[in-house]
Amino acid sequence: MSLTKRIIPCLDVANGRVVKGLHFESIKDAGDPVLLAQKYGSEGADELVFLDITASQEQRETIRSLVSNVAQVIDIPFTVGGGVKTLQHARDILLCGADKVAINTGAVKNPQIITELMELFGKQCVVIAIDAKRNYNVSNGTNIFSEDSKKFWFEVFIYGGKKETGLDAIEWAKKVQDLGAGEILLTSIDRDGTKDGYDLTLTGAIVDAVSIPVIASGGCGRPSHMLDVFKKTQVDAALAASIFHYETHSVDRVKEYLKKNDVQVRL
Amino acid sequence: MKLAIFDYGAGNIFSLRVALEKQGATADVITSFDRVNNYSGLLLPGVGNFDPAVRSIRDYSSVSFADYVKDKIPVLGICLGMEMFFEKSEEGKERGLAVMEGKVILLPNRLKIPHMGWNDLKIRKSNPLLEGVPDSSWVYFVHSYRVEPKNQDIIMAESDYGIRVPAVINKGNLYGTQFHPEKSGHVGSLMIRNFLRECKK
Repeated sequence: MSLTKRIIPCLDVANGRVVKGLHFESIKDAGDPVLLAQKYGSEGADELVFLDITASQEQRETIRSLVSNVAQVIDIPFTVGGGVKTLQHARDILLCGADKVAINTGAVKNPQIITELMELFGKQCVVIAIDAKRNYNVSNGTNIFSEDSKKFWFEVFIYGGKKETGLDAIEWAKKVQDLGAGEILLTSIDRDGTKDGYDLTLTGAIVDAVSIPVIASGGCGRPSHMLDVFKKTQVDAALAASIFHYETHSVDRVKEYLKKNDVQVRL
Repeated sequence: MKLAIFDYGAGNIFSLRVALEKQGATADVITSFDRVNNYSGLLLPGVGNFDPAVRSIRDYSSVSFADYVKDKIPVLGICLGMEMFFEKSEEGKERGLAVMEGKVILLPNRLKIPHMGWNDLKIRKSNPLLEGVPDSSWVYFVHSYRVEPKNQDIIMAESDYGIRVPAVINKGNLYGTQFHPEKSGHVGSLMIRNFLRECKK
């Protein structure tokens, strides 16, 4: 036996409720975050991720109390992200009881925050969220891929998928690792909310480029998508939201399915 | 029963405190060893960096760690807290608490570092901390270093991460876990209950 693959339910939170969008938009309500956290914990989730998708200044107090309420009811690790831009804000979240903090826009705007957080809390607390999208204008990319005779590269987006950065996701992943990130939460914007499966090309490329753990995210619509991403890439963890929220599949059932198909999971 | 959790100034001690409270214990957060020690047990939490953590203990305490706990109260060092029991670490330059002989070394770089996630325990010896814990139980690790005790007999359980990772150590009243019992589901809660039982004795 050795290290297992991790199954991570994600809770997108807006105004204190869990919601789910398609392509980062069109939000619908999916439940109470503390109750869902408890449910996932008892079903055998390996970790939880909370993303504050409104990420506005007023939400900070809501998130702080959410984090400490969640910390009271679960005994597995959890990550909190969304709109974290300053060291102080990250510190707040960690001191309220989160084990890790996920940063995207804040790290693109000020990469130094990665090193500062790592020095203060250790790299295990620092998760860099990378939202990547295929860009078919290959003259701007560094790492070019080809599928169905179309060429593209993966561009990093910030502000919840709304703004492009010109950064090549593979180069950015290597850089955040050098700066002190402990883990990468990799979301495919093309696949997010589609239920078409993870972007295996993106996931495989990032996993091969870095030596820190990577979590695949975006596109999981059924358990076989998780099997695919574990069989076809060396990714460490798979994150999903909607398949768990609407009682379509429970965490333990998904893990039993993976185990039956020779993926090492904790049961 | 009241325990003390040492706060190095950076770590998340919230989850550890909640884990203790769930088992009916209360905990004071302390930042130095100086006053009379009336606690039933001490926890050295697992988040932070070796040098700043060792300094936060040494520079602000009037009593040394060894004298403070000496044969008196059970101590549970978690992850970094356990690493500090040893003489030195590749993570820093400071001398550790040096209550155990040996050193702390970086995981080999052919492996993914940090070792992050759920791995299973190979129990080598029976131990009060592991009472009722089945062999091959899953526990949550997140660390980049491992301990290398001079005396291998203090290793009670280990995990396989391509190399052998000492996972539970015990010497006298000092207990250490490389994983985080406060984040290891019901198996972790069981170990915390076991530790509290030792504190009661």
